[in-house]
Amino acid sequence: MEAIVNQLPIGLSIGAVLLLIALGLTFTFGQMGVINMAHGEFIMAGAYTAYLLQGWAGGQAVLVALPVAFAVAGLMGLILERTAIRHFYGRPLDTLLLTWGVSLVLQQLARDLFGAPNVQVQAPGWLQGGIGIMPYNRMFILALAIGSVVAIWAYMNRSGQGRRMQAVMQNRRLAATSGIDTGRVDMRTFFIGSGLAGVAGVALTLIGPVGPALGTYYIVDAFLVVVAGGLGQLRGAVIAAAALGLLNSYAEFWSDASLAKVIVFGVIVAFLQFRPQGLFVVRSRALT
Amino acid sequence: MLSVEGLEAGYGGARVLFGVSLEVAAGQLVCVMGRNGVGKTTLLDTVMGVLPATGGSVTFDGRDVTRLKPHERVRLGMAYVPQGHDTFPQLSVLGNLQVTLEASPHRDPAALEAALDAFPKLKPLLKRRAGFLSGGQQQQLAIARALVTRPRLLILDEPTEGIQPSIILEIEEAIERLHASGLAVLLVEQYLDLALRLADRFLILDAGRVVRSGEAAELNAPEVHRLLAV
Ligand SMILES: Nc1ncnc2c1ncn2[C@@H]1O[C@H](COP(=O)(O)OP(=O)(O)O)[C@@H](O)[C@H]1O
Ligand SMILES: [Mg+2]
Repeated sequence: MEAIVNQLPIGLSIGAVLLLIALGLTFTFGQMGVINMAHGEFIMAGAYTAYLLQGWAGGQAVLVALPVAFAVAGLMGLILERTAIRHFYGRPLDTLLLTWGVSLVLQQLARDLFGAPNVQVQAPGWLQGGIGIMPYNRMFILALAIGSVVAIWAYMNRSGQGRRMQAVMQNRRLAATSGIDTGRVDMRTFFIGSGLAGVAGVALTLIGPVGPALGTYYIVDAFLVVVAGGLGQLRGAVIAAAALGLLNSYAEFWSDASLAKVIVFGVIVAFLQFRPQGLFVVRSRALT
Repeated sequence: MLSVEGLEAGYGGARVLFGVSLEVAAGQLVCVMGRNGVGKTTLLDTVMGVLPATGGSVTFDGRDVTRLKPHERVRLGMAYVPQGHDTFPQLSVLGNLQVTLEASPHRDPAALEAALDAFPKLKPLLKRRAGFLSGGQQQQLAIARALVTRPRLLILDEPTEGIQPSIILEIEEAIERLHASGLAVLLVEQYLDLALRLADRFLILDAGRVVRSGEAAELNAPEVHRLLAV
């Protein structure tokens, strides 16, 4: 019983990070049909951003890094979309291979720049300690994810840019003939989606070391969240991310890391047998 | 106002349009007719830039727009209501109109009011999700959405197709009023009698070519009936 309670903060905070990562994926997949294998490297870029800012911001690096990592990862996504991905729209397999290649190049780049061994980012002093079973750093990650979801929801449903994004997601052709510059909307979507991965990277520095392969540990689970939650579904993604985070941490606790992956994978496959369309079904893809 | 010269287009290797030419003068209503599959929708898609032209040109207000993107043509004053009364299904009726207004160059809220005045039946439905409207209501929304951009040329693809008869009449009257107020219209329509009532000029397509064109008064000719018969 005690173990169940103790694992709860770990599971929930991992779920929160997965959610941040999955939101970006579900945007780019829902809107552009792009499976971006390099998304994991935007997480890594965000984490190294926090690491680099340590020299300047010291113990507050994590806080300073949140907006900076959003911009850095967002710009990386934007550049990838403009220079490569947009030439392959409508060709998912080519995009998959292309972004996989980019992912490997970025990992190698990180190895050359920062070295292969892991590095550590020092958490701010005020995140040491906790209330009861809930450490402050994991609470911070949860709050970050909740804040991001609220911000994304408001952006999608309350701003003109968000409305245009929804319009392109729901009917790209109609959006174009209604006067919407779909190329611009695509750029913005990629920026925001990739930026969120950067924020997730900063969050991860609070609970573990940073290495060139950081993204690869989370990207598969994030894809599972997207699939299980239903494409382009904000609500589905939230529930799937929490479930997957908890499942992961409990499975890992009672077995070991690699067996845990097998268990999680098995549960997801079984789940998709019953609900191939994910948690929530709508006739068209939209963030609701 | 709109001038199409020798337009050619198709899908991959399959050519659909073989040198289509047409003119819409300012304030004129031109009706394109023809059997199913002759290339009417392909023609409108190419005029609007949804499909690339493989030959020929499209000129709007003396400006060559053949290579412009669809949204750039909207900014110049062209508006398109595609076949099949499409909407953004998850957005509200108001959201559908707003998203178009916000993307238009003038962003004048009065244009939204004017569009609703053209289709007053939409007013009580503003908060409803567009996907839940009936086909006729969706078509009215689709035309209203196009009007929000304050177009000078309205392009309509079979606005009465698959719509309950009571609403067909409302849509016809709305088009008539818009035309009377000076809007130029390029209309694809299957119903001969409706086309007869509305059009200033007509042209008939067959297998991707214009086979007949002229004043609406000539539309009764038996030859026209033969060209439209299935
Ligand atoms: N997306 C498409 N891909 C391939 N062929 C198409 C496509 N759309 C239409 N066509 C073909 O182009 C021809 C003209 O179609 P269309 O312009 O839709 O005709 P209409 O609107 O006059 O009924 C038809 O033979 C149709 O099968
Ligand atoms: Mg058609």
